[in-house]
Amino acid sequence: MSNAIQLLVGTRKGAWIFRSDARRQTWRVQGPIFLGHIVNHLVLDPRDGETLLMAAKTGHLGPTIFRSGDEGQTWTEAARPPAFPKTEGDRGRAVDHTFWLSPGHASEPGVWWAGASPPGLFVSQDGGASWDSVAGFNDHPMYWKWCPADGGTPDGALLNQILIDPRDAAHMYIATSTGGVFESRDRAQSWAPLNKNVEANFFPDPYPEYGQDAHYIALAPTNPDRIWQQNHCGVYRLDRPSDTWERIGKAMPAEIGDIGFTIVPHPRHAETAWVFPMDGTEVWPRTSPGGRPAVYRTRDGGASWARQDGGLPGEQAWFTVKRQAFCADQADPLGLYFGATNGEVWMSDDEGEDWRLVARHLPEIYSVSAAPL
Amino acid sequence: MIPPTIQVLIPSQLTSYTDGATRVTAEGTTVAGVLDDLNRRFPGLKFRVVDEQDRVRKHMRIFVDQDRAPDVRLAVREGQEVLIFGALSGG
Repeated sequence: MSNAIQLLVGTRKGAWIFRSDARRQTWRVQGPIFLGHIVNHLVLDPRDGETLLMAAKTGHLGPTIFRSGDEGQTWTEAARPPAFPKTEGDRGRAVDHTFWLSPGHASEPGVWWAGASPPGLFVSQDGGASWDSVAGFNDHPMYWKWCPADGGTPDGALLNQILIDPRDAAHMYIATSTGGVFESRDRAQSWAPLNKNVEANFFPDPYPEYGQDAHYIALAPTNPDRIWQQNHCGVYRLDRPSDTWERIGKAMPAEIGDIGFTIVPHPRHAETAWVFPMDGTEVWPRTSPGGRPAVYRTRDGGASWARQDGGLPGEQAWFTVKRQAFCADQADPLGLYFGATNGEVWMSDDEGEDWRLVARHLPEIYSVSAAPL
Repeated sequence: MIPPTIQVLIPSQLTSYTDGATRVTAEGTTVAGVLDDLNRRFPGLKFRVVDEQDRVRKHMRIFVDQDRAPDVRLAVREGQEVLIFGALSGG
């Protein structure tokens, strides 16, 4: 059986696609694609296995979406990229960049969702050709409380993940850098905060109803009632129908901490997930702790964590891994992949024990996603 | 009234839209009108220069002859030139 994989890599200076042999031992490179474009996300539609969507902008030019139906050989720009409604006066929001792309529910071919900076939710009904602002979030009466204009990351405030319950297309979760996690049960028409027991230690009340910085959320594929979260303030797990998160990162070694950008659930084992810790002490270097990069794996839902760093540099390696730059494939044995801020792509085919380089010398990596070839 | 024909300077960042052309003509009585006309012929170009609130993007510059256009409502007339630049976007 072939385990051939394509890795879709978005960087600060363009996109690349790496395609493996059946054993994931050798990789062919395609790219650069749109050299010089800031590519925050590059995603293959799992529903048709051929449509690629790319969220791109440049230092000068405004944000847009490019689509390809021929393995990235040719690209068509969206006729109407994600944009907020025109507003009279000077408070009107403008999309700075699209940060995240989610293919819609399996029952809704052609539907895509996009998250933007400043925080905005957008939907396409036509495979990404035209996009509409989702009023249920973008015009919610609480929007400016959930997404204050002065909040956000160095690259701007984000709506950085969109998750869809595989059992119910109307049941959605989003993550933001300014308000935390929100849930909708009516296909994005209305939203409510979902942040109970998640710390936000930069407020007088460190456990507010909203205001958290949810770096990354992911559903456990085999148990969509389980949500993993890497937050600005630790690693959390939520098992619905509970609405109270548990800080499972407290079980991480104290000298490593539980700060990071991303978390990856195992596609077949709901108790297993990986994080890539970074240094969140003092002035927040956001580098690998001690200059020794490692992933940490739990196999018991976060009750305990094991360090995995075989093959990774043992010293003086100061990279980190950004939100959508760590992923798993669906193969058996499982493949794990991350792209680092220093332009290296690493992979493991033994569930994180040993790592090897797929590519190096790329620009700073913003996203890595894996799909079968 | 037939709108005036305006010469437009296209920066390198946008020549993928104009099939490589760095000088094109467009019709319009304002900068916005010129951009709208360009966008009809080169779909997608306008949104990369001007955002959805009609503000010129942070690292783009638009001049009418020698004067920087403060916004896209600035009027243009026959014989004038609209110059679009990409400027100072960082490393």
